[in-house]
Amino acid sequence: MRKRAKLDVKSMPATAANAVDERLQVARPLRGLLNKVFPDHWSFLLGEIALFSFIVLLLTGVFLTLFFDPSMKEVTYNGSYLPLRGVHMSAAYESALNISFDVRGGLIMRQMHHWAALLFMASIVIHMFRIFFTGAFRKPRETNWVIGIVLFILGFLAGFTGYSLPDDGLSGTGLRIAHAIILSIPVIGTWTADALFGGEFPGDGSIIPRAYIAHVLLIPGGLLALIGAHLGLVFKQKHTQWPGPGRTNTNVVGERMFPRYVIKQGGFFAIVFGVIALMAGLLSINPIWLFGPYEAAIVSAASQPDWYVMFLDGSTRLMPPWEVRAFGHTLPPLFWPTVVLPGIMFTLAGAYPFIEARRNKDKTVHNLLQRPRDVPDRTALGAMAITFYMVLAISGGNDVVAETFEISLNAMTWAGRILLLLLPPLAYWAARRVCLGLQQHDREVLAHGVETGIIKRMPDGRFVEIHQPLAAPDEHGHTELEYTGWVVPKKMNRIGALAPAIKGFFYPVEEPAAPAKPLAGSSGKELETSGRQQ
Amino acid sequence: MTATTKEHGVPTTAGPGHEDRTRFETMRDGAREDGIEIVHYEPPFPKTGTPAERRLQTIVAGLFLSTGLLATAFVVIYIVWPWEYDRDSLISNLYTPMLGLTLGLALVCTGFGIMIWGKKLIPHEIAIQERHDGPSSEHDRSVTVATLQYLGDEMGLKRRPLLGLSLLAGLAPVGAAVAAPLIGGMIKDPHKNVEGRDDSALMTTAWNTGIRLAREDSSPVRPEDVSVGGQITVFPDIPGGHTNRYADSPTLLIHLRVEDMDRLRENLYGINEGGIWGNFVAYSKICTHAGCPASLYEQQTNRLLCPCHQSQFLITDNAKPIFGPATRRLPMLPITVDDEGFFVAQSDYKVPVGPGFWERP
Repeated sequence: MRKRAKLDVKSMPATAANAVDERLQVARPLRGLLNKVFPDHWSFLLGEIALFSFIVLLLTGVFLTLFFDPSMKEVTYNGSYLPLRGVHMSAAYESALNISFDVRGGLIMRQMHHWAALLFMASIVIHMFRIFFTGAFRKPRETNWVIGIVLFILGFLAGFTGYSLPDDGLSGTGLRIAHAIILSIPVIGTWTADALFGGEFPGDGSIIPRAYIAHVLLIPGGLLALIGAHLGLVFKQKHTQWPGPGRTNTNVVGERMFPRYVIKQGGFFAIVFGVIALMAGLLSINPIWLFGPYEAAIVSAASQPDWYVMFLDGSTRLMPPWEVRAFGHTLPPLFWPTVVLPGIMFTLAGAYPFIEARRNKDKTVHNLLQRPRDVPDRTALGAMAITFYMVLAISGGNDVVAETFEISLNAMTWAGRILLLLLPPLAYWAARRVCLGLQQHDREVLAHGVETGIIKRMPDGRFVEIHQPLAAPDEHGHTELEYTGWVVPKKMNRIGALAPAIKGFFYPVEEPAAPAKPLAGSSGKELETSGRQQ
Repeated sequence: MTATTKEHGVPTTAGPGHEDRTRFETMRDGAREDGIEIVHYEPPFPKTGTPAERRLQTIVAGLFLSTGLLATAFVVIYIVWPWEYDRDSLISNLYTPMLGLTLGLALVCTGFGIMIWGKKLIPHEIAIQERHDGPSSEHDRSVTVATLQYLGDEMGLKRRPLLGLSLLAGLAPVGAAVAAPLIGGMIKDPHKNVEGRDDSALMTTAWNTGIRLAREDSSPVRPEDVSVGGQITVFPDIPGGHTNRYADSPTLLIHLRVEDMDRLRENLYGINEGGIWGNFVAYSKICTHAGCPASLYEQQTNRLLCPCHQSQFLITDNAKPIFGPATRRLPMLPITVDDEGFFVAQSDYKVPVGPGFWERP
């Protein structure tokens, strides 16, 4: 028998590639993938933070399932945490305590999971702001906007079910309120609540195991599928881009996916992961051992839910005591702020792209982003929505505010009620004015140039400020530059005047930078390239 | 701008320039086939081996090596650090922070290393790719529509309407069959009477005639156990009465001052009449708003405050809601004292306890 050929390590990649291509014909699609162009801007990274935190959630979540026991069976605690020894509690709470104290590295995993969840929701919201204020949701991306809203709702549910699992004093109160919210729904409320909880609160011990399976399988499954669809659509429809030199509605200007784009993404993932790990190690989150097991008769003040639930807590607190009682039926006040209000909020948010398109009779495809100032109505509407949300969220912690600043709690509630109606229109008006003002300033700089800060005294004693025109001015000192929907340089260093000073800040400048060119003569070309691409 | 390819787009970095050049060009031509034009390509270090380049290289390598060190430190700490919880031991309390620091910094170092590599050492480029937005071509559309229509013809849905209808009629129950076990398994009649009572769990609590008021440790309560102006939480004296199994039964027993009690006596209304005993009154602890325990007792103002949504109830007026979102009074548990001198309930609450619901009268 012939001796087998020596293993040729060098040719292995080629052999493997050949083997794959012979079977799957990947060469062409792979090349397309490697070369696919992505536009670059810092604000495009916000959605990625959500994606990366989701990956951290999956990794740490798997670890936690290995030790968590989703059971409401009553046990007596006998673990390492002395203050709770001998206390009767549910097996769920006991195992959550064990993860914190008796599993090696369990606490950091729990805290990573919780921090990642908070970051996940926060980055979804910030990402949504970016999409909204730049008009990235317009045709053809309405579907992805709606998917994004559903992702937020799923994330909310994932957060709430996960937060409920340890069955500690705080989360049990949260479940109690959730039960009351379901109970408040007309006609089907009692039936739904009893079906979910397996009887009158807290039910027959079903809710924790049910929340568990929803939290570890059903909701993450939905999230995973929708995140896949979300990214798939971004990939298929290609990313939006800011206007700028060479950028049109029919092209993408940026970097190829490999190597730079992917490398930056990889680095960013490691940083997000690292920051979550740092937070988990150094900042305590949800210290369940301090809350004790859930007991129906015990609650403490300042019991706030996670931040993304705060707006519901706030709306519930601000709701006036209005109850409908008629024909032997009751419609509790809890129904309006916790079922109807979020229903309206999410429906309006989901429908917004269609509402705006209809209002503007806009059926064209938009791949170029808009600066928020250029669409004052939308920006103002967004400011209004955010203000509304913020008043609710702050009211969700109004007892803490009242205590910290020694304000009457009732005054806080009334302030919340009034400001909820007053502030949003004010925010609308203010944001609109700011947008128009910024627009005007852009036009002014384009016409007259950048303020240099140099004050000149004229022979007749007047003082004038010297403006640096952005192009060669006409005989009236005006420049005829068109606004291109992108940043207008407003400071001298944005047009290169300060660059040398910055360059040598940390290291000695190796090569002396070329002296700044006289800008007056450099015409409109200078402006074109001032829209920074990276 | 799209059409021009700048001359300095050719890399001049690596040594054997010729081969690199062809490889770059092959790549660029390949990209062109996919509708991608690389219009600007600029190595960050046109001259190789400059101190600046070497310094960057050192920084990146240093970051990667730090990652290795920190990750190793993480593993070592994970294994050898005393991790068992000990409240008084600083070392043991530092376990989680040390893990976080080493893992976090390790990952941040890798991240920055990769980032600097990608941003500073790899050639800057501007590439332009054409989009292909808008609808498919007229031809593709009409052919696909025709194919779909022909699919209908092939199935013969028009000619054989019975097939479609019967399929629908057949599938609908299948859908119901899928839903049935789920709904059937979970559903519970919320209006079924509780064993031994003639009303449902929503309308009743564990309290009943003659059941003693007990503390959490099941010891019964005498009037002299609660000082004037004081209050304690009581539970029905039945097995497990203080557990979450009877989550709607916790009750607040309050010993009012004489003048406050006089005010309450004046205000006592309908169903609450006869529910008090001496200067003692007992209200449900379960808030009528969302079911949290309304347990913050303000002795000075005689208010009960629910910490969840800040509903406030006035004890001297039948626990009437006077602030916040709650709409209904806290139900009063009618109490008296039995032959042995312990508090007992005269009956169950007269109205349903806790948050409102549709069927509540």
